[in-house]
Amino acid sequence: MRVDQQVIADMIAPCSRVLDVGSGDGSLIGHLFRTRACDAQGIELSMEAVTHSVAHGLPVIQGDADHDLIHYPNDSFDYVVLQRTLQAVERPREVLRQMLRIGEHAIVSFPNFGHWRLRLQLLYTGRMPMTSVWATPWHETPNIHPCTIKDFFALCEEDGYVVEHWTTVNERGRRAPWYYSPRLANLCGEQALFLLRRKT
Amino acid sequence: MVHQKISLQEGLDLQCGERVAPLDIAYQTYGTLSPARDNAILICHALTGDQYVADPHPFTGKPGWWARMVGSGLPIDTDRFFVICPNVLGGCMGSTGPLSHKPDSDELWGRDFPIITMHDIVAAQVKLMDHLGIGRLFAVIGASMGGMQVLTWASDYPDRVFAAMPIATSAFQSAQNIAFNEVSRQAIFADPDWHDGNYRQFDTIPARGLGVARMMAHITYLSEEALTRKFGRRVRNASQPSAIGNMPSVFFGDMFEVESYLRHQGSTFVKRFDANAYLSITRAMDYFDLAAEYDGDLTIPFKGSPTRFCVISFSSDWLFPTSQSRHLVRALNRSGANVSFVEIESDRGHDAFLLEEPDFDRTMRGFLNGAAEHAGLTQGGIAHAR
Repeated sequence: MRVDQQVIADMIAPCSRVLDVGSGDGSLIGHLFRTRACDAQGIELSMEAVTHSVAHGLPVIQGDADHDLIHYPNDSFDYVVLQRTLQAVERPREVLRQMLRIGEHAIVSFPNFGHWRLRLQLLYTGRMPMTSVWATPWHETPNIHPCTIKDFFALCEEDGYVVEHWTTVNERGRRAPWYYSPRLANLCGEQALFLLRRKT
Repeated sequence: MVHQKISLQEGLDLQCGERVAPLDIAYQTYGTLSPARDNAILICHALTGDQYVADPHPFTGKPGWWARMVGSGLPIDTDRFFVICPNVLGGCMGSTGPLSHKPDSDELWGRDFPIITMHDIVAAQVKLMDHLGIGRLFAVIGASMGGMQVLTWASDYPDRVFAAMPIATSAFQSAQNIAFNEVSRQAIFADPDWHDGNYRQFDTIPARGLGVARMMAHITYLSEEALTRKFGRRVRNASQPSAIGNMPSVFFGDMFEVESYLRHQGSTFVKRFDANAYLSITRAMDYFDLAAEYDGDLTIPFKGSPTRFCVISFSSDWLFPTSQSRHLVRALNRSGANVSFVEIESDRGHDAFLLEEPDFDRTMRGFLNGAAEHAGLTQGGIAHAR
Protein backbone atom coordinates (compact mmCIF):
# COMPACT_ATOMS: atom_id res chain seq x y z
CA MET A 1 0.00 0.00 0.00
CA ARG A 2 1.27 3.50 -0.84
CA VAL A 3 2.26 5.76 2.05
CA ASP A 4 -0.49 8.27 1.18
CA GLN A 5 -3.00 5.44 1.43
CA GLN A 6 -1.64 4.76 4.90
CA VAL A 7 -2.18 8.45 5.71
CA ILE A 8 -5.77 8.13 4.44
CA ALA A 9 -6.33 4.94 6.43
CA ASP A 10 -5.15 6.72 9.57
CA MET A 11 -7.87 9.36 9.08
CA ILE A 12 -10.61 6.71 9.17
CA ALA A 13 -12.14 5.62 12.46
CA PRO A 14 -12.38 1.88 13.09
CA CYS A 15 -15.61 0.07 12.19
CA SER A 16 -16.70 2.84 9.79
CA ARG A 17 -18.62 2.42 6.58
CA VAL A 18 -16.31 3.46 3.76
CA LEU A 19 -16.74 3.90 0.01
CA ASP A 20 -13.49 4.12 -1.95
CA VAL A 21 -14.17 5.77 -5.31
CA GLY A 22 -11.49 4.66 -7.74
CA SER A 23 -10.41 1.79 -5.54
CA GLY A 24 -7.77 0.45 -7.96
CA ASP A 25 -6.46 -2.94 -6.89
CA GLY A 26 -8.51 -2.67 -3.68
CA SER A 27 -5.54 -2.35 -1.34
CA LEU A 28 -7.11 0.43 0.76
CA ILE A 29 -10.46 -1.31 1.28
CA GLY A 30 -8.72 -4.61 1.99
CA HIS A 31 -6.53 -2.86 4.56
CA LEU A 32 -9.51 -1.10 6.16
CA PHE A 33 -11.45 -4.35 6.46
CA ARG A 34 -8.58 -6.42 7.85
CA THR A 35 -6.99 -3.93 10.23
CA ARG A 36 -9.85 -1.58 11.14
CA ALA A 37 -12.91 -3.83 10.83
CA CYS A 38 -14.43 -1.32 8.43
CA ASP A 39 -17.30 -2.15 6.11
CA ALA A 40 -15.42 -0.92 3.04
CA GLN A 41 -16.65 -1.03 -0.56
CA GLY A 42 -15.16 0.19 -3.80
CA ILE A 43 -16.04 1.66 -7.18
CA GLU A 44 -13.45 1.25 -9.91
CA LEU A 45 -13.42 2.16 -13.59
CA SER A 46 -11.01 -0.50 -14.85
CA MET A 47 -12.77 -3.84 -15.22
CA GLU A 48 -9.44 -5.63 -14.87
CA ALA A 49 -8.89 -4.00 -11.48
CA VAL A 50 -12.49 -4.75 -10.45
CA THR A 51 -12.10 -8.41 -11.32
CA HIS A 52 -8.81 -8.50 -9.43
CA SER A 53 -10.45 -6.97 -6.36
CA VAL A 54 -13.54 -9.20 -6.36
CA ALA A 55 -11.33 -12.23 -6.97
CA HIS A 56 -9.61 -11.24 -3.73
CA GLY A 57 -12.90 -11.16 -1.89
CA LEU A 58 -13.35 -7.38 -1.87
CA PRO A 59 -16.74 -5.80 -2.59
CA VAL A 60 -16.14 -3.62 -5.64
CA ILE A 61 -18.42 -2.57 -8.48
CA GLN A 62 -17.42 -1.36 -11.91
CA GLY A 63 -18.41 2.25 -12.29
CA ASP A 64 -17.16 5.83 -12.06
CA ALA A 65 -17.43 8.89 -9.86
CA ASP A 66 -19.43 10.95 -12.36
CA HIS A 67 -22.20 8.43 -12.99
CA ASP A 68 -22.49 6.04 -10.07
CA LEU A 69 -22.42 8.11 -6.87
CA ILE A 70 -25.93 9.40 -7.57
CA HIS A 71 -27.29 5.89 -6.99
CA TYR A 72 -26.30 5.77 -3.31
CA PRO A 73 -28.72 7.02 -0.67
CA ASN A 74 -27.96 9.98 1.61
CA ASP A 75 -25.65 9.24 4.54
CA SER A 76 -24.92 5.69 3.50
CA PHE A 77 -21.23 5.96 4.46
CA ASP A 78 -19.11 7.51 7.18
CA TYR A 79 -16.29 8.24 4.72
CA VAL A 80 -16.19 8.52 0.94
CA VAL A 81 -12.65 8.45 -0.43
CA LEU A 82 -11.50 9.78 -3.81
CA GLN A 83 -7.81 9.19 -4.41
CA ARG A 84 -5.86 11.05 -7.11
CA THR A 85 -8.95 11.20 -9.30
CA LEU A 86 -10.68 14.55 -8.74
CA GLN A 87 -8.72 16.18 -11.60
CA ALA A 88 -9.88 13.47 -14.02
CA VAL A 89 -13.64 13.49 -13.43
CA GLU A 90 -16.09 15.27 -15.71
CA ARG A 91 -17.67 17.43 -13.01
CA PRO A 92 -15.42 17.71 -9.93
CA ARG A 93 -17.71 20.07 -8.05
CA GLU A 94 -20.72 17.77 -8.49
CA VAL A 95 -18.64 14.73 -7.52
CA LEU A 96 -17.63 16.48 -4.28
CA ARG A 97 -21.24 17.39 -3.64
CA GLN A 98 -22.31 13.76 -4.15
CA MET A 99 -19.49 12.50 -1.91
CA LEU A 100 -20.65 14.73 0.93
CA ARG A 101 -24.27 13.80 0.32
CA ILE A 102 -23.73 10.06 0.64
CA GLY A 103 -20.94 10.31 3.21
CA GLU A 104 -20.52 12.27 6.41
CA HIS A 105 -16.87 12.82 5.52
CA ALA A 106 -15.02 13.06 2.23
CA ILE A 107 -11.33 12.27 1.87
CA VAL A 108 -9.95 13.72 -1.34
CA SER A 109 -6.44 13.57 -2.74
CA PHE A 110 -5.30 15.28 -5.94
CA PRO A 111 -2.06 16.35 -7.59
CA ASN A 112 -1.33 20.02 -6.91
CA PHE A 113 -1.05 22.07 -10.12
CA GLY A 114 0.41 24.95 -8.16
CA HIS A 115 3.73 23.17 -7.55
CA TRP A 116 6.77 25.36 -8.23
CA ARG A 117 8.17 23.00 -10.87
CA LEU A 118 5.01 23.35 -12.95
CA ARG A 119 4.95 27.11 -12.52
CA LEU A 120 8.57 27.40 -13.59
CA GLN A 121 8.17 25.16 -16.62
CA LEU A 122 5.22 27.13 -17.86
CA LEU A 123 7.03 30.41 -17.24
CA TYR A 124 10.31 29.42 -18.89
CA THR A 125 9.25 27.10 -21.71
CA GLY A 126 5.80 28.49 -22.48
CA ARG A 127 4.62 24.90 -22.94
CA MET A 128 2.25 22.81 -20.84
CA PRO A 129 4.33 21.44 -17.97
CA MET A 130 5.37 17.78 -17.89
CA THR A 131 6.57 16.26 -14.63
CA SER A 132 6.53 12.83 -13.04
CA VAL A 133 3.14 13.70 -11.53
CA TRP A 134 1.76 15.33 -14.68
CA ALA A 135 3.31 12.85 -17.06
CA THR A 136 1.02 12.88 -20.10
CA PRO A 137 0.94 15.49 -22.89
CA TRP A 138 -2.00 17.90 -22.87
CA HIS A 139 -3.76 16.19 -25.78
CA GLU A 140 -3.63 12.75 -24.15
CA THR A 141 -4.11 13.53 -20.49
CA PRO A 142 -7.15 12.24 -18.59
CA ASN A 143 -6.53 15.09 -16.11
CA ILE A 144 -9.02 17.54 -17.55
CA HIS A 145 -9.65 19.54 -14.36
CA PRO A 146 -6.30 20.33 -12.73
CA CYS A 147 -6.42 22.58 -9.70
CA THR A 148 -4.12 24.02 -7.06
CA ILE A 149 -4.37 23.66 -3.31
CA LYS A 150 -5.49 27.27 -3.13
CA ASP A 151 -8.23 26.61 -5.70
CA PHE A 152 -9.44 23.69 -3.67
CA PHE A 153 -9.61 25.71 -0.45
CA ALA A 154 -11.65 28.29 -2.37
CA LEU A 155 -14.12 25.66 -3.62
CA CYS A 156 -14.57 24.26 -0.11
CA GLU A 157 -15.26 27.78 1.14
CA GLU A 158 -17.74 28.45 -1.66
CA ASP A 159 -19.65 25.19 -1.22
CA GLY A 160 -19.59 25.26 2.56
CA TYR A 161 -17.40 22.29 3.40
CA VAL A 162 -15.43 22.18 6.62
CA VAL A 163 -11.77 21.28 6.12
CA GLU A 164 -11.18 19.09 9.16
CA HIS A 165 -7.67 18.21 8.19
CA TRP A 166 -5.33 18.68 5.26
CA THR A 167 -1.79 17.74 4.39
CA THR A 168 0.50 17.26 1.41
CA VAL A 169 2.55 14.27 0.44
CA ASN A 170 5.16 13.82 -2.24
CA GLU A 171 4.80 11.51 -5.21
CA ARG A 172 6.03 8.51 -3.25
CA GLY A 173 3.42 9.38 -0.63
CA ARG A 174 5.72 10.75 2.06
CA ARG A 175 4.29 13.53 4.17
CA ALA A 176 5.96 16.85 3.51
CA PRO A 177 7.19 19.24 6.23
CA TRP A 178 5.39 22.34 4.94
CA TYR A 179 1.93 21.17 5.65
CA TYR A 180 1.15 23.91 8.16
CA SER A 181 1.27 26.75 5.64
CA PRO A 182 -1.21 26.65 2.76
CA ARG A 183 0.93 29.09 0.72
CA LEU A 184 4.07 27.02 1.10
CA ALA A 185 2.17 23.79 0.52
CA ASN A 186 0.67 25.23 -2.67
CA LEU A 187 4.19 25.90 -3.91
CA CYS A 188 5.97 22.78 -2.68
CA GLY A 189 3.33 20.07 -2.19
CA GLU A 190 3.03 17.46 -4.95
CA GLN A 191 -0.14 15.70 -3.76
CA ALA A 192 -2.78 17.31 -1.57
CA LEU A 193 -4.91 15.35 0.86
CA PHE A 194 -8.09 16.77 2.42
CA LEU A 195 -10.54 15.49 5.02
CA LEU A 196 -13.82 17.35 4.58
CA ARG A 197 -17.13 17.43 6.39
CA ARG A 198 -20.47 19.03 5.62
CA LYS A 199 -21.24 22.22 7.52
CA THR A 200 -23.84 21.28 10.13
CA MET B 1 -35.36 -43.34 -13.65
CA VAL B 2 -35.28 -42.79 -9.88
CA HIS B 3 -34.08 -39.38 -8.74
CA GLN B 4 -33.09 -38.60 -5.16
CA LYS B 5 -36.02 -36.66 -3.76
CA ILE B 6 -38.13 -35.69 -0.80
CA SER B 7 -41.89 -35.97 -0.91
CA LEU B 8 -43.86 -33.61 1.33
CA GLN B 9 -47.47 -34.63 1.84
CA GLU B 10 -48.52 -31.15 2.95
CA GLY B 11 -47.75 -29.89 -0.56
CA LEU B 12 -47.31 -26.27 -1.52
CA ASP B 13 -49.79 -23.42 -1.84
CA LEU B 14 -49.01 -21.57 -5.04
CA GLN B 15 -49.28 -17.85 -5.68
CA CYS B 16 -52.10 -18.48 -8.16
CA GLY B 17 -54.21 -19.91 -5.33
CA GLU B 18 -53.93 -23.56 -6.35
CA ARG B 19 -52.17 -26.19 -4.32
CA VAL B 20 -49.89 -28.99 -5.41
CA ALA B 21 -49.69 -32.00 -3.10
CA PRO B 22 -47.68 -33.98 -2.45
CA LEU B 23 -44.70 -31.77 -3.22
CA ASP B 24 -41.74 -33.69 -4.60
CA ILE B 25 -38.34 -32.00 -4.79
CA ALA B 26 -35.57 -33.93 -6.49
CA TYR B 27 -32.06 -32.78 -5.62
CA GLN B 28 -28.40 -33.68 -5.64
CA THR B 29 -25.88 -32.79 -2.95
CA TYR B 30 -22.09 -32.65 -2.97
CA GLY B 31 -19.66 -32.32 -0.06
CA THR B 32 -20.49 -32.48 3.63
CA LEU B 33 -22.66 -30.24 5.77
CA SER B 34 -20.58 -28.81 8.61
CA PRO B 35 -21.64 -29.52 12.22
CA ALA B 36 -22.60 -25.84 12.53
CA ARG B 37 -24.68 -26.20 9.30
CA ASP B 38 -23.15 -22.97 8.04
CA ASN B 39 -21.40 -24.05 4.83
CA ALA B 40 -24.37 -24.79 2.55
CA ILE B 41 -24.48 -23.39 -0.97
CA LEU B 42 -27.69 -23.62 -2.98
CA ILE B 43 -27.23 -23.71 -6.74
CA CYS B 44 -30.29 -22.73 -8.77
CA HIS B 45 -30.35 -24.12 -12.29
CA ALA B 46 -31.40 -22.36 -15.47
CA LEU B 47 -34.45 -22.99 -17.68
CA THR B 48 -33.30 -26.27 -19.19
CA GLY B 49 -30.82 -27.26 -16.49
CA ASP B 50 -31.44 -29.77 -13.74
CA GLN B 51 -30.09 -30.99 -10.40
CA TYR B 52 -27.25 -32.95 -12.00
CA VAL B 53 -24.85 -30.05 -11.64
CA ALA B 54 -21.70 -32.12 -11.21
CA ASP B 55 -22.83 -35.70 -11.90
CA PRO B 56 -23.06 -37.30 -15.33
CA HIS B 57 -26.56 -36.72 -16.68
CA PRO B 58 -28.66 -39.89 -16.20
CA PHE B 59 -30.24 -39.60 -19.68
CA THR B 60 -27.45 -38.26 -21.87
CA GLY B 61 -24.43 -39.54 -19.93
CA LYS B 62 -22.77 -36.14 -20.45
CA PRO B 63 -20.85 -34.49 -17.57
CA GLY B 64 -22.90 -32.33 -15.19
CA TRP B 65 -23.74 -28.87 -16.58
CA TRP B 66 -21.40 -27.14 -14.12
CA ALA B 67 -18.94 -29.97 -13.50
CA ARG B 68 -16.11 -27.56 -14.27
CA MET B 69 -17.27 -25.20 -11.49
CA VAL B 70 -18.49 -27.52 -8.71
CA GLY B 71 -16.22 -30.16 -7.20
CA SER B 72 -13.19 -30.86 -5.10
CA GLY B 73 -10.70 -28.00 -5.45
CA LEU B 74 -12.90 -26.19 -8.00
CA PRO B 75 -14.22 -22.61 -7.53
CA ILE B 76 -17.31 -23.92 -5.71
CA ASP B 77 -15.17 -26.23 -3.63
CA THR B 78 -16.99 -29.29 -2.32
CA ASP B 79 -14.11 -29.98 0.09
CA ARG B 80 -15.23 -26.86 1.86
CA PHE B 81 -18.89 -26.30 1.02
CA PHE B 82 -22.00 -28.45 1.09
CA VAL B 83 -23.63 -27.92 -2.29
CA ILE B 84 -27.34 -28.54 -2.91
CA CYS B 85 -28.94 -28.34 -6.33
CA PRO B 86 -32.68 -29.02 -6.58
CA ASN B 87 -34.71 -29.55 -9.74
CA VAL B 88 -37.14 -26.63 -10.01
CA LEU B 89 -40.84 -26.91 -9.30
CA GLY B 90 -42.48 -27.39 -12.70
CA GLY B 91 -39.45 -29.27 -13.99
CA CYS B 92 -39.24 -32.75 -15.40
CA MET B 93 -36.37 -34.37 -13.52
CA GLY B 94 -38.21 -35.65 -10.48
CA SER B 95 -39.64 -32.50 -8.87
CA THR B 96 -43.37 -31.87 -8.96
CA GLY B 97 -44.32 -30.66 -12.42
CA PRO B 98 -46.47 -31.45 -15.43
CA LEU B 99 -45.14 -35.03 -15.42
CA SER B 100 -46.45 -35.59 -11.86
CA HIS B 101 -49.78 -37.14 -11.04
CA LYS B 102 -52.72 -34.98 -10.07
CA PRO B 103 -53.67 -35.35 -6.38
CA ASP B 104 -55.39 -38.70 -5.71
CA SER B 105 -55.45 -39.55 -9.40
CA ASP B 106 -53.66 -41.66 -11.97
CA GLU B 107 -53.87 -38.78 -14.40
CA LEU B 108 -50.79 -36.66 -15.12
CA TRP B 109 -50.98 -32.90 -14.64
CA GLY B 110 -49.87 -32.28 -18.21
CA ARG B 111 -50.98 -28.89 -19.43
CA ASP B 112 -53.34 -28.56 -16.46
CA PHE B 113 -50.34 -27.99 -14.20
CA PRO B 114 -51.06 -24.73 -12.35
CA ILE B 115 -49.30 -21.51 -13.27
CA ILE B 116 -46.15 -21.15 -11.21
CA THR B 117 -43.90 -18.18 -10.43
CA MET B 118 -40.32 -17.68 -9.26
CA HIS B 119 -41.76 -17.17 -5.75
CA ASP B 120 -43.33 -20.65 -5.93
CA ILE B 121 -40.12 -22.21 -7.24
CA VAL B 122 -38.18 -20.64 -4.37
CA ALA B 123 -40.86 -21.50 -1.79
CA ALA B 124 -40.46 -25.16 -2.77
CA GLN B 125 -36.68 -24.85 -2.29
CA VAL B 126 -37.26 -23.31 1.14
CA LYS B 127 -39.20 -26.43 2.10
CA LEU B 128 -36.23 -28.53 1.01
CA MET B 129 -33.88 -26.42 3.16
CA ASP B 130 -36.22 -26.80 6.13
CA HIS B 131 -36.25 -30.55 5.56
CA LEU B 132 -32.43 -30.64 5.43
CA GLY B 133 -32.25 -28.53 8.61
CA ILE B 134 -30.48 -25.62 6.94
CA GLY B 135 -31.59 -22.27 8.36
CA ARG B 136 -29.27 -19.81 6.66
CA LEU B 137 -27.59 -20.63 3.40
CA PHE B 138 -24.01 -19.47 3.13
CA ALA B 139 -24.61 -18.68 -0.54
CA VAL B 140 -27.25 -18.91 -3.23
CA ILE B 141 -25.80 -19.02 -6.73
CA GLY B 142 -27.50 -19.18 -10.10
CA ALA B 143 -27.23 -18.01 -13.68
CA SER B 144 -29.92 -16.91 -16.13
CA MET B 145 -33.25 -18.17 -14.71
CA GLY B 146 -31.15 -19.47 -11.80
CA GLY B 147 -30.22 -15.84 -11.15
CA MET B 148 -33.91 -14.92 -10.99
CA GLN B 149 -34.26 -17.52 -8.23
CA VAL B 150 -31.22 -16.06 -6.44
CA LEU B 151 -32.81 -12.59 -6.48
CA THR B 152 -36.13 -14.03 -5.31
CA TRP B 153 -34.37 -15.80 -2.44
CA ALA B 154 -32.62 -12.58 -1.42
CA SER B 155 -35.81 -10.53 -1.55
CA ASP B 156 -38.20 -13.07 0.00
CA TYR B 157 -35.87 -14.61 2.61
CA PRO B 158 -33.06 -12.08 3.23
CA ASP B 159 -32.15 -13.55 6.61
CA ARG B 160 -31.60 -16.97 5.10
CA VAL B 161 -29.09 -15.83 2.45
CA PHE B 162 -25.64 -14.71 3.58
CA ALA B 163 -24.26 -14.24 0.07
CA ALA B 164 -26.03 -14.10 -3.28
CA MET B 165 -24.54 -14.44 -6.73
CA PRO B 166 -26.94 -13.59 -9.55
CA ILE B 167 -25.13 -14.33 -12.82
CA ALA B 168 -26.09 -13.32 -16.39
CA THR B 169 -29.57 -12.44 -15.23
CA SER B 170 -32.02 -9.62 -14.65
CA ALA B 171 -34.51 -8.42 -12.07
CA PHE B 172 -37.22 -8.70 -14.72
CA GLN B 173 -37.82 -10.71 -17.87
CA SER B 174 -37.39 -8.31 -20.80
CA ALA B 175 -39.91 -7.93 -23.61
CA GLN B 176 -37.36 -9.43 -25.99
CA ASN B 177 -36.98 -12.53 -23.83
CA ILE B 178 -40.74 -12.92 -23.48
CA ALA B 179 -40.90 -12.68 -27.27
CA PHE B 180 -38.34 -15.46 -27.72
CA ASN B 181 -40.17 -17.64 -25.21
CA GLU B 182 -43.41 -17.05 -27.09
CA VAL B 183 -41.83 -18.25 -30.35
CA SER B 184 -40.66 -21.36 -28.51
CA ARG B 185 -44.12 -22.01 -27.18
CA GLN B 186 -45.78 -21.45 -30.54
CA ALA B 187 -43.38 -23.95 -32.12
CA ILE B 188 -44.56 -26.55 -29.59
CA PHE B 189 -48.26 -25.69 -30.09
CA ALA B 190 -47.84 -26.01 -33.88
CA ASP B 191 -46.59 -29.59 -33.66
CA PRO B 192 -49.39 -32.08 -34.62
CA ASP B 193 -48.03 -34.36 -31.89
CA TRP B 194 -48.78 -31.69 -29.27
CA HIS B 195 -52.40 -32.91 -28.93
CA ASP B 196 -53.34 -29.88 -26.89
CA GLY B 197 -50.83 -30.87 -24.26
CA ASN B 198 -52.16 -34.40 -23.80
CA TYR B 199 -49.44 -36.00 -25.93
CA ARG B 200 -48.60 -38.61 -23.27
CA GLN B 201 -52.09 -40.10 -23.73
CA PHE B 202 -51.28 -40.56 -27.41
CA ASP B 203 -47.95 -42.12 -26.48
CA THR B 204 -46.00 -39.48 -28.33
CA ILE B 205 -44.14 -36.22 -27.71
CA PRO B 206 -44.09 -32.98 -29.73
CA ALA B 207 -40.47 -33.63 -30.65
CA ARG B 208 -40.37 -31.38 -33.70
CA GLY B 209 -41.98 -28.43 -31.95
CA LEU B 210 -39.82 -28.78 -28.85
CA GLY B 211 -36.77 -29.32 -31.05
CA VAL B 212 -37.43 -26.12 -32.99
CA ALA B 213 -38.04 -24.27 -29.71
CA ARG B 214 -34.65 -25.42 -28.49
CA MET B 215 -32.91 -24.55 -31.77
CA MET B 216 -34.28 -21.02 -31.69
CA ALA B 217 -33.51 -20.56 -28.00
CA HIS B 218 -30.02 -21.94 -28.46
CA ILE B 219 -29.18 -19.15 -30.90
CA THR B 220 -30.04 -16.64 -28.19
CA TYR B 221 -27.52 -18.31 -25.85
CA LEU B 222 -24.65 -17.70 -28.27
CA SER B 223 -23.26 -14.66 -30.04
CA GLU B 224 -22.51 -13.77 -33.62
CA GLU B 225 -18.76 -13.96 -32.92
CA ALA B 226 -19.11 -17.37 -31.29
CA LEU B 227 -21.16 -18.75 -34.18
CA THR B 228 -18.74 -17.34 -36.72
CA ARG B 229 -15.74 -18.75 -34.93
CA LYS B 230 -17.30 -22.14 -34.37
CA PHE B 231 -18.99 -22.66 -37.74
CA GLY B 232 -18.43 -19.74 -40.09
CA ARG B 233 -20.05 -20.53 -43.44
CA ARG B 234 -18.64 -24.03 -43.59
CA VAL B 235 -20.85 -26.65 -45.18
CA ARG B 236 -21.19 -30.18 -44.02
CA ASN B 237 -20.38 -33.16 -46.23
CA ALA B 238 -23.73 -34.11 -47.82
CA SER B 239 -23.08 -37.85 -47.43
CA GLN B 240 -23.28 -37.59 -43.64
CA PRO B 241 -26.69 -38.44 -42.23
CA SER B 242 -28.82 -35.68 -40.82
CA ALA B 243 -29.07 -35.27 -37.10
CA ILE B 244 -32.84 -35.54 -37.01
CA GLY B 245 -34.31 -38.37 -39.04
CA ASN B 246 -37.60 -36.76 -39.88
CA MET B 247 -36.11 -33.52 -41.12
CA PRO B 248 -34.86 -33.26 -44.66
CA SER B 249 -31.07 -33.33 -44.40
CA VAL B 250 -30.52 -31.29 -47.51
CA PHE B 251 -33.18 -28.95 -48.72
CA PHE B 252 -31.39 -26.69 -51.15
CA GLY B 253 -28.18 -28.63 -51.58
CA ASP B 254 -25.45 -28.64 -48.96
CA MET B 255 -26.22 -28.11 -45.32
CA PHE B 256 -24.31 -25.51 -43.30
CA GLU B 257 -22.52 -26.76 -40.22
CA VAL B 258 -24.44 -24.35 -38.04
CA GLU B 259 -27.70 -25.92 -39.23
CA SER B 260 -26.46 -29.38 -38.42
CA TYR B 261 -25.32 -28.22 -34.99
CA LEU B 262 -28.71 -26.70 -34.18
CA ARG B 263 -30.54 -29.82 -35.33
CA HIS B 264 -28.34 -31.87 -33.05
CA GLN B 265 -29.11 -29.50 -30.17
CA GLY B 266 -32.83 -29.87 -30.88
CA SER B 267 -32.82 -33.65 -31.19
CA THR B 268 -30.83 -34.33 -28.02
CA PHE B 269 -32.90 -31.86 -26.03
CA VAL B 270 -36.23 -33.57 -26.69
CA LYS B 271 -34.87 -36.80 -25.21
CA ARG B 272 -34.37 -35.23 -21.82
CA PHE B 273 -36.97 -32.47 -21.55
CA ASP B 274 -40.73 -32.45 -21.34
CA ALA B 275 -42.66 -29.97 -23.51
CA ASN B 276 -45.22 -29.10 -20.83
CA ALA B 277 -42.41 -28.47 -18.35
CA TYR B 278 -40.80 -26.15 -20.90
CA LEU B 279 -44.07 -24.25 -21.22
CA SER B 280 -44.59 -24.09 -17.47
CA ILE B 281 -41.10 -22.83 -16.66
CA THR B 282 -40.82 -20.32 -19.52
CA ARG B 283 -44.09 -18.83 -18.28
CA ALA B 284 -42.68 -18.51 -14.77
CA MET B 285 -39.71 -16.65 -16.27
CA ASP B 286 -41.98 -14.35 -18.25
CA TYR B 287 -43.95 -13.39 -15.15
CA PHE B 288 -40.76 -12.54 -13.28
CA ASP B 289 -40.50 -8.84 -12.43
CA LEU B 290 -39.32 -8.23 -8.87
CA ALA B 291 -40.02 -4.50 -8.89
CA ALA B 292 -43.57 -4.85 -10.21
CA GLU B 293 -44.77 -5.99 -6.79
CA TYR B 294 -43.37 -2.77 -5.29
CA ASP B 295 -44.79 -0.17 -7.68
CA GLY B 296 -41.79 -0.53 -9.94
CA ASP B 297 -39.26 0.35 -7.23
CA LEU B 298 -36.54 -2.30 -7.26
CA THR B 299 -34.89 -0.89 -4.13
CA ILE B 300 -37.74 -1.92 -1.84
CA PRO B 301 -37.29 -5.71 -2.01
CA PHE B 302 -33.62 -5.25 -1.02
CA LYS B 303 -33.96 -2.43 1.52
CA GLY B 304 -31.71 -3.09 4.50
CA SER B 305 -30.67 -6.43 3.04
CA PRO B 306 -27.97 -8.17 5.12
CA THR B 307 -26.96 -10.20 2.06
CA ARG B 308 -23.64 -9.69 0.27
CA PHE B 309 -24.27 -9.59 -3.46
CA CYS B 310 -21.97 -10.37 -6.36
CA VAL B 311 -23.56 -9.54 -9.71
CA ILE B 312 -21.84 -10.93 -12.79
CA SER B 313 -22.54 -10.32 -16.47
CA PHE B 314 -20.80 -11.28 -19.71
CA SER B 315 -19.90 -8.63 -22.27
CA SER B 316 -21.36 -10.43 -25.31
CA ASP B 317 -24.55 -11.69 -23.60
CA TRP B 318 -27.44 -10.13 -25.50
CA LEU B 319 -30.15 -12.24 -23.85
CA PHE B 320 -29.37 -10.84 -20.39
CA PRO B 321 -27.12 -7.89 -21.30
CA THR B 322 -24.80 -6.08 -18.92
CA SER B 323 -27.18 -3.10 -18.91
CA GLN B 324 -29.72 -5.21 -17.02
CA SER B 325 -27.11 -6.28 -14.48
CA ARG B 326 -26.08 -2.65 -14.03
CA HIS B 327 -29.73 -1.70 -13.50
CA LEU B 328 -29.83 -4.30 -10.73
CA VAL B 329 -26.53 -3.13 -9.22
CA ARG B 330 -27.76 0.47 -9.07
CA ALA B 331 -30.96 -0.61 -7.36
CA LEU B 332 -28.90 -2.58 -4.85
CA ASN B 333 -26.72 0.49 -4.29
CA ARG B 334 -29.81 2.61 -3.70
CA SER B 335 -31.08 0.08 -1.20
CA GLY B 336 -27.79 0.23 0.69
CA ALA B 337 -26.80 -3.39 0.06
CA ASN B 338 -23.22 -4.64 -0.11
CA VAL B 339 -22.56 -5.26 -3.80
CA SER B 340 -19.76 -6.42 -6.04
CA PHE B 341 -20.23 -6.21 -9.79
CA VAL B 342 -18.04 -7.65 -12.52
CA GLU B 343 -18.62 -7.79 -16.25
CA ILE B 344 -16.58 -10.67 -17.64
CA GLU B 345 -15.05 -10.01 -21.05
CA SER B 346 -16.16 -12.88 -23.30
CA ASP B 347 -17.34 -13.24 -26.89
CA ARG B 348 -19.34 -16.39 -26.21
CA GLY B 349 -22.71 -14.86 -25.38
CA HIS B 350 -25.08 -15.93 -22.63
CA ASP B 351 -23.67 -19.48 -22.53
CA ALA B 352 -20.33 -18.11 -21.30
CA PHE B 353 -21.42 -18.89 -17.73
CA LEU B 354 -21.20 -22.60 -18.59
CA LEU B 355 -17.84 -22.37 -20.32
CA GLU B 356 -14.19 -22.03 -19.44
CA GLU B 357 -13.75 -18.36 -18.48
CA PRO B 358 -10.74 -17.91 -16.14
CA ASP B 359 -11.84 -14.46 -14.93
CA PHE B 360 -15.25 -15.84 -14.04
CA ASP B 361 -13.70 -18.71 -12.09
CA ARG B 362 -11.37 -16.35 -10.22
CA THR B 363 -14.29 -14.05 -9.40
CA MET B 364 -16.41 -16.93 -8.14
CA ARG B 365 -13.63 -18.33 -5.97
CA GLY B 366 -12.59 -14.92 -4.63
CA PHE B 367 -16.10 -13.75 -3.84
CA LEU B 368 -16.88 -16.97 -1.97
CA ASN B 369 -13.60 -16.79 -0.05
CA GLY B 370 -14.22 -13.15 0.86
CA ALA B 371 -17.80 -13.89 1.94
CA ALA B 372 -16.58 -16.88 3.97
CA GLU B 373 -14.13 -14.59 5.74
CA HIS B 374 -16.97 -12.21 6.60
CA ALA B 375 -19.21 -15.10 7.67
CA GLY B 376 -16.48 -16.38 9.96
CA LEU B 377 -16.22 -19.70 8.14
CA THR B 378 -12.92 -21.42 8.80
CA GLN B 379 -10.47 -21.25 5.92
CA GLY B 380 -10.01 -24.96 5.50
CA GLY B 381 -13.73 -25.65 5.76
CA ILE B 382 -15.15 -28.53 7.66
CA ALA B 383 -12.06 -30.70 7.48
CA HIS B 384 -10.36 -28.23 9.82
CA ALA B 385 -13.44 -27.49 11.88
CA ARG B 386 -13.64 -31.05 13.08
